[in-house]
Amino acid sequence: MAPKVPPQPTLEQSTAAAEAGHGHAHEAPPKGIMRWLLTTNHKEIGTMYLIFSLIMFFIGGIFALVVRLELFQPGMQFVNPEFFNQMTTMHGLIMVFAAVMPAFTGLANWMIPLQIGAPDMALPRLNNFSFWLLPVAFGLLLSTLFMPGGGPNFGWTFYAPLSTTYAPPSTTFFILSLHIAGISSILGAINIIATILNMRAPGMRMMDMPLFVWTWLITSFLLIAVMPVLAGVITMMLMDINFGTSFFNAAGGGDPVLFQHLFWFFGHPEVYIMILPAFGIVSAIIPAFARKRLFGYASMVYATGAIAVLSFLVWGHHMFVVGMPLAAQLFFMYATMLIAVPTGVKIFNWVTTLFRGSISFEPPMLFALAFVVLFTIGGFSGLMLAIAPADFQYHDTYFVVAHFHYVLVPGAIFSIIAAVYFWLPKWTGHYPNVRLAQWHFWLSVISVNLTFFPMHFSGLAGMPRRIPDYALQFADFNMVSSIGAFMFGFSQLLFVAVIVMCVRGGQKAPAAAWGEFADDLEWSVPSPAPLHTFETPPTFKRPAH
Amino acid sequence: MSQDDNEVRQAGVRRTVWRSVAALVGMFAFAWALVPLYDVFCRVTGINGQVDTTAQALVHDDVDESRMVTVQFITRNGSGLPWRLDVETRQVRLHPGQTSEVNFTFSNQSRSENWARAVPSVTPNTATRHVRKSSCFCFEEQLLQAGERVEMPLVFQLDRDLPPEVTTVTLVYTLYPVEGKTQKLQAGVKLDEGGEA
Repeated sequence: MAPKVPPQPTLEQSTAAAEAGHGHAHEAPPKGIMRWLLTTNHKEIGTMYLIFSLIMFFIGGIFALVVRLELFQPGMQFVNPEFFNQMTTMHGLIMVFAAVMPAFTGLANWMIPLQIGAPDMALPRLNNFSFWLLPVAFGLLLSTLFMPGGGPNFGWTFYAPLSTTYAPPSTTFFILSLHIAGISSILGAINIIATILNMRAPGMRMMDMPLFVWTWLITSFLLIAVMPVLAGVITMMLMDINFGTSFFNAAGGGDPVLFQHLFWFFGHPEVYIMILPAFGIVSAIIPAFARKRLFGYASMVYATGAIAVLSFLVWGHHMFVVGMPLAAQLFFMYATMLIAVPTGVKIFNWVTTLFRGSISFEPPMLFALAFVVLFTIGGFSGLMLAIAPADFQYHDTYFVVAHFHYVLVPGAIFSIIAAVYFWLPKWTGHYPNVRLAQWHFWLSVISVNLTFFPMHFSGLAGMPRRIPDYALQFADFNMVSSIGAFMFGFSQLLFVAVIVMCVRGGQKAPAAAWGEFADDLEWSVPSPAPLHTFETPPTFKRPAH
Repeated sequence: MSQDDNEVRQAGVRRTVWRSVAALVGMFAFAWALVPLYDVFCRVTGINGQVDTTAQALVHDDVDESRMVTVQFITRNGSGLPWRLDVETRQVRLHPGQTSEVNFTFSNQSRSENWARAVPSVTPNTATRHVRKSSCFCFEEQLLQAGERVEMPLVFQLDRDLPPEVTTVTLVYTLYPVEGKTQKLQAGVKLDEGGEA
């Protein structure tokens, strides 16, 4: 059973290590593409998720750069408005559903079994199926760009009637692709819940789980609760478009505002789906490099739970201007502000963990620290938007764009990058190249602020979202944003370079790659992690606090 | 791991999966249940300007002569229907409790017969529940022959409980074609079937 050369050097090492480390032989994996189509190994599936989301991150990034190119100067330069609309829409859809969500699922696949001492996910074949649904879903979605009438052009929120009565003919394909992606997320969530609740190492209680596991458990519950609502909404759209129903059509007794209620009932928990796992990642990285235990573990768990519960009660803050009664506006406004409390608890805990720590600035720590600072800025602009009367001014302006990009780019994306740098030694057996990763960090952190900070100002001055042309007074802000966006986009090539170099070689990492304060179970298996780990469950030893 | 442990684990996984699937089905059903719930909620509270489209008895107790309310009428045509909807007066001033009748004129400007419905909406929301209509063209769908003009009355009153801060009430009527009863108006324009409005 000589190991064949698989497409990934990572896995060559893993396979070799697995065969060396275990007495009983596993069946030889099928060769070539079939190996990847049929694999049920959580590490291989996790790797596929991560590579898929990285590719989609670049595709969505190219769409963003088309948008920024057009907005570089006022007037219409490069694309026509119809195509511009498709670019903004596809950028949002791809980044949300094909980049950020699968990246977190990939990290969950790789790390949750390792962190709880399980040999694999609870449902390995389902795991394979959930992954392979994604290329189908997003292949279909991207193909709509080549269809007559073009792809989705109604914004990633696809408000009816823009997405029903006035939508391009390809909308039915958009709905199908979203259905498939939704099924993938749901199956992934079921798998993660089943794994976490049933597969923990003997002796590991719920309150012993690493926070990444906790946050993903809560995220999975959110997914199970809201993805069916999304499925319901897009099914109603499908019926309005193709079967003559009138869910969202006033002419037939329906109501377009109902669409917004249903969409945001899904949509607001969805934005927490994209940030809760990030909290877990940062909670693992900061103690490792501050060389202290995480401050307030239990309060982190409860805060995450509180954020998840509150996320169901605040959808109305996306629709303050639809003509809501005053009482509803007040309710949504105060409920939204309440979320700042558990979020503040988290920020406080991270800062307190750093306080009097022995801090060093390895690449994962750089990104985690930038996360804490920049995510907080995004949180503050969120508080501004939560104020109903102020929101009347900010609504649909670039201020909103600045807000959600601050929580998603230096928030979710930075946390994913931090996680990759943090766990690359475990995946590949090598440390990432520090010098290159530092360049990646500084270029990213400078350019992300260059891109999104000016949007606060253009937004406050009244520049509307989703418009390909703008008034002259916004020209300078937009030029700065566009320069920043191109810098940010090209800096991410360094990220790819670091990953590729790290897979191929580099400084060898020991099992506990980041010292004694990164001591969850994943650091007890060799680096790189063998393909099969924890086939005999480890005995969990509670760290002395 | 022993065989027993493994079986316990598998049973646990099965139980978790079935519970998750039950939650999924429940949430999917909940999403659909929100459609009628939303409608009921809006009707009960008067949010969204949705008025009762069944005839209501007018109340003939004494009129509140201490205040006057302006009632404005706005007519609109949605979806490119070749009809006009005109109202004889753009606004009336009346006391709460006073009954008023206003005539609306429907005219079909096309060369074919069409079915349409006028969908009502009331602003501000707080006045919605205080508009009582005993007769309204908006209760049912209308059929107009090619070139036909029809005058139809709206008989209504504002009840005495109208909140004191409301001094102006706007009634909006939007014309929509009724599918299945009209031919398609323009190629590519999708018409929608009328449910009970």
